[in-house]
Amino acid sequence: MELNDWILALHLISAAALVGALTVFSVMIAALWRTEDPSAVTSFMPLGLAGNVLVTVGSLGTIVFGVWLAISLDAYQVWDGWVIAAIVLWVLMGAVGKQTGDAYRATAEMAAQLVTSGSPRSEELAARMGATRAFWLHVASCAIVILILIDMIWKPGA
Amino acid sequence: MTSVLASIRPDSWNFPLFLHIAGATIFFGAITVAAVTQLASSRAPRPEFLQRVAFRTLLIVGLPAYVIFRIGAQWIYDKEFGDASEDPTWIGIGFIVSDIGAILFLIALILAGLAVRKRNEWLVKSSGVLTAIILVALVVAVWAMGAKPD
Repeated sequence: MELNDWILALHLISAAALVGALTVFSVMIAALWRTEDPSAVTSFMPLGLAGNVLVTVGSLGTIVFGVWLAISLDAYQVWDGWVIAAIVLWVLMGAVGKQTGDAYRATAEMAAQLVTSGSPRSEELAARMGATRAFWLHVASCAIVILILIDMIWKPGA
Repeated sequence: MTSVLASIRPDSWNFPLFLHIAGATIFFGAITVAAVTQLASSRAPRPEFLQRVAFRTLLIVGLPAYVIFRIGAQWIYDKEFGDASEDPTWIGIGFIVSDIGAILFLIALILAGLAVRKRNEWLVKSSGVLTAIILVALVVAVWAMGAKPD
């Protein structure tokens, strides 16, 4: 095995972590859809932490090892159209994902405060766990990652 | 060199590869959900809720994702190695992980379902440990798909 084979393997593992993280977050959103119960939200803290680790490893790993491969392999260049498209989509995904994460993190902190104060139900929490801006940003993140996957496999213009 | 050859492939391989990768990565996420929620459920304020989520995730997300990734794998295998007399090592690793993984997955799914019905902590932990083992095996399989050891 050569170094490039290892870089490709780490790139693929990072991609699995990234899509895995989005799956984790999608399951959490579906399971907590319009929940009024703050303890249900706080029950998901360990899973949220795992999702955050996966999304960080996945995001950084895909771009670092992906660009490294594009530089290292003679068949591709960083300025190839499909590589540039992937980088642009990755930046977009990062920006959208950060906003999504910030919004849901604020909701989780609110749920933790409600649990501490002994509130068993909250209508505001239910509203925040529904079809909010954060939810649609998450949908956008998923769509962007699907586009990146299509770009990586079909390599338009390569 | 292997990577370069692998990346220059006929267009007809793209869709099965897309199914394979999309299914496998979503399966990876579903298994992560099941492993973490089941192994952490005893310390959570609503353990029964997490156990129900783990079971439903395995059933509604994990099972279809596994079927899609396995169909994609077989489809692209038939295109790439249909006439070959002997498979390379990395294909063997993929088959071992997917086939033994399927058995472990079904056992984990059944245990998770029984755990929800019977509220038995041992069943929850057993299913959680099995999904954690599948998770590690998936990482090995993804490494093999990329590094392609001969």
